[in-house]
Amino acid sequence: MTALIFLTAAAIAIIFAVVAVVHRSPIMNVLALVGMFLAIAMVFAIIGMDFLAAIQVIVYSGAILVLFLFAIMLLDLRRVEGIGEGGVFQLLLGCIAVIGLGGAVVFAAARLSPETGAWVTGAEYGTAYPIGRALTGSHLFAFEFVSVVLAAAIIAAVYLARRDR
Amino acid sequence: MMNADLLISVPYTWVLALSGVLLAIGILGVLLRRNAITIFLSLEIMLNSGTLAFAAFAMHFAAIPGMEATALNGQMFIFFIIAIAAAEAAVGLALFIALHRLKGSIDVDRANILRW
Repeated sequence: MTALIFLTAAAIAIIFAVVAVVHRSPIMNVLALVGMFLAIAMVFAIIGMDFLAAIQVIVYSGAILVLFLFAIMLLDLRRVEGIGEGGVFQLLLGCIAVIGLGGAVVFAAARLSPETGAWVTGAEYGTAYPIGRALTGSHLFAFEFVSVVLAAAIIAAVYLARRDR
Repeated sequence: MMNADLLISVPYTWVLALSGVLLAIGILGVLLRRNAITIFLSLEIMLNSGTLAFAAFAMHFAAIPGMEATALNGQMFIFFIIAIAAAEAAVGLALFIALHRLKGSIDVDRANILRW
């Protein structure tokens, strides 16, 4: 039953990812990306990472996608281009790279032995409590440093997008 | 909270395989599209495939006694990847707005001032 739910979520994620990459309209790309993020949140929830599933929905589907929609509507994109319009050479090289790199990763994943299984001993390994303890304990420096990085990113974004320079 | 016995039937290799497929789709988008927003969106797909790979191994190590700290480290990495992705999205989209103002288009083939 869990496997069935996982496979459904995985299929939704893959279909939405393909639409996000292939569709001609940028708005459709972004809306498909929302679907993919939600499907990945579903995968996180299935494998027991409740906290990360919530973060995925809040940060990705909430914040990042709104940024994308803002940018697209601000830019007023009239001309849209589909896939493979950059010439046959680009299409050929792209397909070779995808089959090579993606195939290598899937092949490597398939060769790992799943016998050890997905047993979860401490059933609460993905809830907010252990993650919060780790964030304010062993990973405190990284946690604080991320806030500096975010502040720097906001300043950079405001500087780059200001009107008169 | 999910029950431990619900988690038996999903091997971590499946999650890893999903991560690989999403990585391939992301690479496809970066290599074949010329709309900067769509390229950026493909980067987000690849970042998500990275978080899924971390999740797969975190799930794997959570099952092994004595490796719980490693599993928690994997989830920490996912947390920080999501935070960095947010910062990256803000800077990248600001870059595209600046590019659009400069060239009137965000077709990456037209951003070729540095061409030799």
